[in-house]
Amino acid sequence: MTDAIHNPADELPIKVAARDVTVSYSGKQALHNVSIDIPDRSVTAFIGPSGCGKSTFLRCLNRMNDTIEGAKVGGSLTIDGQEINDKSIDPVVLRASVGMVFQKPNPFPKSIYDNVAYGPRIHGLALSRPELDEIVENALHKAGLWAEVSDRLAHPGTSLSGGQQQRLVIARAIAVNPEVILMDEPCSALDPIATARIEELIDELRENYCIIIVTHSMQQAARVSQQTAFFHMGNLVEYGPTEDIFTNPRDTRTQDYITGRFG
Amino acid sequence: MALSRTAHIVTAYGEELDQLADDLARMGGLVETQLEKAIAAVVRRDASVKPDIKAREAQVNALQVDVEKRVLRLFALRQPLATDLRMTISALKIATDLERVGDLAKNIAYRAGDLAGYAPVSLTQQVERLGAIVIKQLREVLDALSSADVEPAVRVWHSDDEVDERYNTLVREMLLSMTEDSGLVGPGVHILFVAKNLERIGDHATNIAEAVHFMVTASPLVEDGKS
Ligand SMILES: Nc1ncnc2c1ncn2[C@@H]1O[C@H](COP(=O)(O)OP(=O)(O)O)[C@@H](O)[C@H]1O
Ligand SMILES: [Mg+2]
Repeated sequence: MTDAIHNPADELPIKVAARDVTVSYSGKQALHNVSIDIPDRSVTAFIGPSGCGKSTFLRCLNRMNDTIEGAKVGGSLTIDGQEINDKSIDPVVLRASVGMVFQKPNPFPKSIYDNVAYGPRIHGLALSRPELDEIVENALHKAGLWAEVSDRLAHPGTSLSGGQQQRLVIARAIAVNPEVILMDEPCSALDPIATARIEELIDELRENYCIIIVTHSMQQAARVSQQTAFFHMGNLVEYGPTEDIFTNPRDTRTQDYITGRFG
Repeated sequence: MALSRTAHIVTAYGEELDQLADDLARMGGLVETQLEKAIAAVVRRDASVKPDIKAREAQVNALQVDVEKRVLRLFALRQPLATDLRMTISALKIATDLERVGDLAKNIAYRAGDLAGYAPVSLTQQVERLGAIVIKQLREVLDALSSADVEPAVRVWHSDDEVDERYNTLVREMLLSMTEDSGLVGPGVHILFVAKNLERIGDHATNIAEAVHFMVTASPLVEDGKS
């Protein structure tokens, strides 16, 4: 397991570095000494059986575990070398630079415009209405949604289709200039076409962001990610270039999981 | 990482992979027999094997079509990964090579009929020896395949040089014999074709060795026999 932390994309700088990250919920350990280097400007997929700790680890990256009662986080986690568990870090500010997209699209019960404008407003990113308009339009463009919603920005976000809602949520995350985007099974509620749109979007976004995606679909991990990390029972078992993980995994547990064998 | 022997959770998927392996094993068995009979026929100058060889070739061809169908189905419906992926892709390559070996064995058997028209010549001993080496290669590589064992595959891969050497020597000696005795040109030409076909079969055995190596180790077989 010594190579588990190594950044598989040598040419890309490390964005997120975890060292011996442990998490327990009410004394029950859910994550065991996870150490990993995640490169910037690429997509890293987290795979593994349900309950292996993928979401738990994602929540460490934007300190969402802080909000869970009984959750205890240990170890070191840095983004651009800055320790995010440091007292000086404001979790609200952190969550702007580490955006999160969940399995079920969760637009606010507001207009499409206000969904995207919400973050920039509370973080004071726009000084005027035209400036805010520009941020909203930009974010919707980047999320590949502008053409579909530009004529109905005042409509409720919930009036959109599932796939559009998910892209709206991504636009909302993008609007506050994140550095890292976390996606926890973002396509599991979507049909294949909407899924393909999100995957295409992820591929475009990776030019500018560090993206980490949890997925239960091997094919999705294979399609969208450059690195894949396999988690098993709270341990990071194997981490490497996606191509290697899916053609020649080193660990029997990885092999059994991705080929659908009894582990 | 070697091939996994653990059962698939989806039983039908595991069975489909097993059937693919079975098809290959059957193809291998047929082709091996085909080659043995063809060489024996050449040595005996026996034209009578033709129908048998023909029937067997049809079986080999049918199996190759079957393998292609199974591979297509596995990709479309199961999206095999890791060892399963390597096994599926290797099966496709190996089936192609085996079909070619069957074809070449058939050509050899047909030459036996041509040789029947001539008096026995000592030159057949040469192809008999070359044939024995090639049969051994084929047998070993098929064992490597069925046991997913790289060691015999690497051995076969290295022994191809020996086949090439022996083939070149044989050609030289035959040219000499035919120059000295023009009466040998008739049967000699047929024997040269047999030798050429055997040398080609050796190449296919080498290809299969490479496919087995990749299937088991995920790395190509290169000069030092290691990855
Ligand atoms: N809020 C929570 N409270 C208590 N236990 C939790 C909580 N969230 C997750 N767990 C436990 O932590 C382990 C890892 O869960 P999780 O990170 O959700 O796994 P995954 O996302 O890989 O399915 C599981 O045993 C789960 O029951
Ligand atoms: Mg989860």
